[in-house]
Amino acid sequence: MRINPDVSRVLHVDMTTGKAQILDFDSRARHMGGSGLAAALYEAYGTPSAPWDDPTEPIIFAIGPLTGLFPVMTKVVCGFRSPHTGQWTESHAGGRLGLSLRFAGYDALMITGRASALSALEVGSRSMQVHNVHYLRGRGVFGTGRELRRIGRHMSGHRSTMRIGPAGENGLSFACINVDSFRHFGRLGSGAVMGSKNLKGVVVTGDGAFELPGGDSKALNKLYKDSFMEVTSTSKMKKYHDLGTPENLEPLNELRALPWRNLQATSDPAISTVTGKYLAEEYLLRKAACAGCPVGCIHIANLRQQFGEDHEYLYKQVSYDYELIFAQGTMLGLSDPQDILPVLDETESCGLDSMTTGVALAWATEALAKGIISEEETLVPLQFGEVDGYLKALRLLTNAPNEFWHTLGRGGANAAAKKYGGEDFACVLGGQEMAGYATGEAYYVSHALGFRHSHLDSGGYSYDQSDKPKDAQKASDFLVSDERDRVIINSMVGCMFARKEYSLERMQECLHVAGFTALSDTLAQAGTDMQHLRWKLKFDTGFVPEEQTIPKRFMEVTNWKGQADPVYLQDLRNTYTNAIRTMAGAQGALE
Amino acid sequence: MKLLSAAHLDRCIGCHSCSLACARLVHKQFSWNTAGIRIKSAGGLSRGFEASICLGCDPAACASACPTDALSQRSGGGIKFKRDLCLQCGKCAKACPVEAIYLDSEHNPYVCVHCGRCISFCPHNCLELREVPDREPDRADDTSAHSTDSLSLPTSSADTEPPHAH
Repeated sequence: MRINPDVSRVLHVDMTTGKAQILDFDSRARHMGGSGLAAALYEAYGTPSAPWDDPTEPIIFAIGPLTGLFPVMTKVVCGFRSPHTGQWTESHAGGRLGLSLRFAGYDALMITGRASALSALEVGSRSMQVHNVHYLRGRGVFGTGRELRRIGRHMSGHRSTMRIGPAGENGLSFACINVDSFRHFGRLGSGAVMGSKNLKGVVVTGDGAFELPGGDSKALNKLYKDSFMEVTSTSKMKKYHDLGTPENLEPLNELRALPWRNLQATSDPAISTVTGKYLAEEYLLRKAACAGCPVGCIHIANLRQQFGEDHEYLYKQVSYDYELIFAQGTMLGLSDPQDILPVLDETESCGLDSMTTGVALAWATEALAKGIISEEETLVPLQFGEVDGYLKALRLLTNAPNEFWHTLGRGGANAAAKKYGGEDFACVLGGQEMAGYATGEAYYVSHALGFRHSHLDSGGYSYDQSDKPKDAQKASDFLVSDERDRVIINSMVGCMFARKEYSLERMQECLHVAGFTALSDTLAQAGTDMQHLRWKLKFDTGFVPEEQTIPKRFMEVTNWKGQADPVYLQDLRNTYTNAIRTMAGAQGALE
Repeated sequence: MKLLSAAHLDRCIGCHSCSLACARLVHKQFSWNTAGIRIKSAGGLSRGFEASICLGCDPAACASACPTDALSQRSGGGIKFKRDLCLQCGKCAKACPVEAIYLDSEHNPYVCVHCGRCISFCPHNCLELREVPDREPDRADDTSAHSTDSLSLPTSSADTEPPHAH
């Protein structure tokens, strides 16, 4: 196979008919790949006025021009209409999906329609088939993965298995898509979108091969080797492959910026058993990598559990990261990994987003303690630090046996607080439950108004940790410019952990030696254009920045800087709102 | 005489950098399949990884099966490959007892030539070129010839021309 440097090759599968089409989608010089490609495809094929679960609405899995060609270029962008917000959004994941799509020969897999029976989709370089998997109805993520691995078994190791759990089938607005057991399209409900298409799983087989692109193999090999040495031999990636992202737990606790017990506290001495070091020394079983990344940041804990007398034990492998430990550890008042890991494992099996689930359950716990709701609603006692209630709550959330759990599962803490009360302490910033950074104004605004309502939209949390003056214009400019840089790397599609390695100039160099010369020349402008297009699509699908809330709880938080400054926060909010409205209305220079 | 060995594969994190390096540097391709070493999961990622790699048989069943001598016995173990003689019949891959030969969509075979160029791209030092001592070739009907533990092959300055090197 040959890579076409000018257009993206897209496999469009219609689940209603079970048929597929290959599209040559023009042009890479404008849409780049990944984030930009997903947005451009939605612009061409989506219907912003339709509801998120309209069968014609696409879910798109997009890689970029550099996927697999250079180290750490391993991620996939999933573009979809969020059931949590209704708006166009993205979630990103790694695993083997990036390279599997690459070697299947597709820059993107776009899925529309709705199958008549629960189905699994199989795609490869010479294959496309829809399998009836009605027997997997209600099956958990792990069991589903085992069954789906029967598909394409001859390509074991060179394929990727995406699947949803019962949460996705049941339409929970924060159901995730599990990728290769340990990675996820976690946030904002992509799992429910798959569920709405009656799509239980997707197996992508990377069974093709390409001529080496670009025509100058020596230059490409040298650049690959230079990048490889940078990420494996220097300190740039040490934190990710050593303790991993949980390394941040201890310093953020010291800064009084780590949320505990529904953000009622930001620091706690109990941190000693949930630090990255403690987890690594006591629980780390091994590490794994996304295909194409030599860093190996996936940390997998060994959870050993006794299930019977006479020394009867089982063991489970549970992946852990900073955000998971925050959301389903400290946020729930759990500080013993022997409690936290089973919660993560059960959440995985249900197919729920760990972060949103933890924050939603933290709200429910405080609401119960305050008498806003009772056990008539929760059905089980929820109490900070008590793991048994949370383990039961995960199944209640997934299966929605009453109105309370149904509401919490479809709209999260915001929806439940609107119905029952307790909005002041629902730790939701704008459209989504918070990430684990109680750092201050820039983070609160960037999360509440950000494109993905994520700490990953821009580095607001690190801006808060710098000694920058309270200048709303400067902070807003930083959020806009940092987002633009992230849109570009998310269009290549590189891992955000490698953003220091892949500067704009380095990405242009990579594109040039790999033969994407037109895109190399337009990259900076294409990044700006796709940033603007993403905002346009978000507004077109219902986003109103003025309606996004920053609850009172965030203003009560005291961290190392004291409390948030409401005047500065409002100023920044107004300035950033103007900035994103301007971007949404801008005309692309490359159109 | 040196043979590539996945001696420490229990350290493998599944990054596939070895396969990508082999395809890129030896075969001038962008692939994780068309390579002399390929990484498989042993049953989902939770089971760890296995490497598909030539064990350096002598005699090599793949060479015996080749009807045109495109694959020929490499002195000391493994094979030499001459692409222009290959019929793309695929018999070599069928003959290999450890499924170390990959056939692309046109039935071109890809097999390790023990050049060691993948080694520096393994971040966990899973791979090494091992010097193997002199010994007589195994009898073709001696199944122990295919055991990793029994590898003990004569030293030679055998040609390491890679298949598909243009």
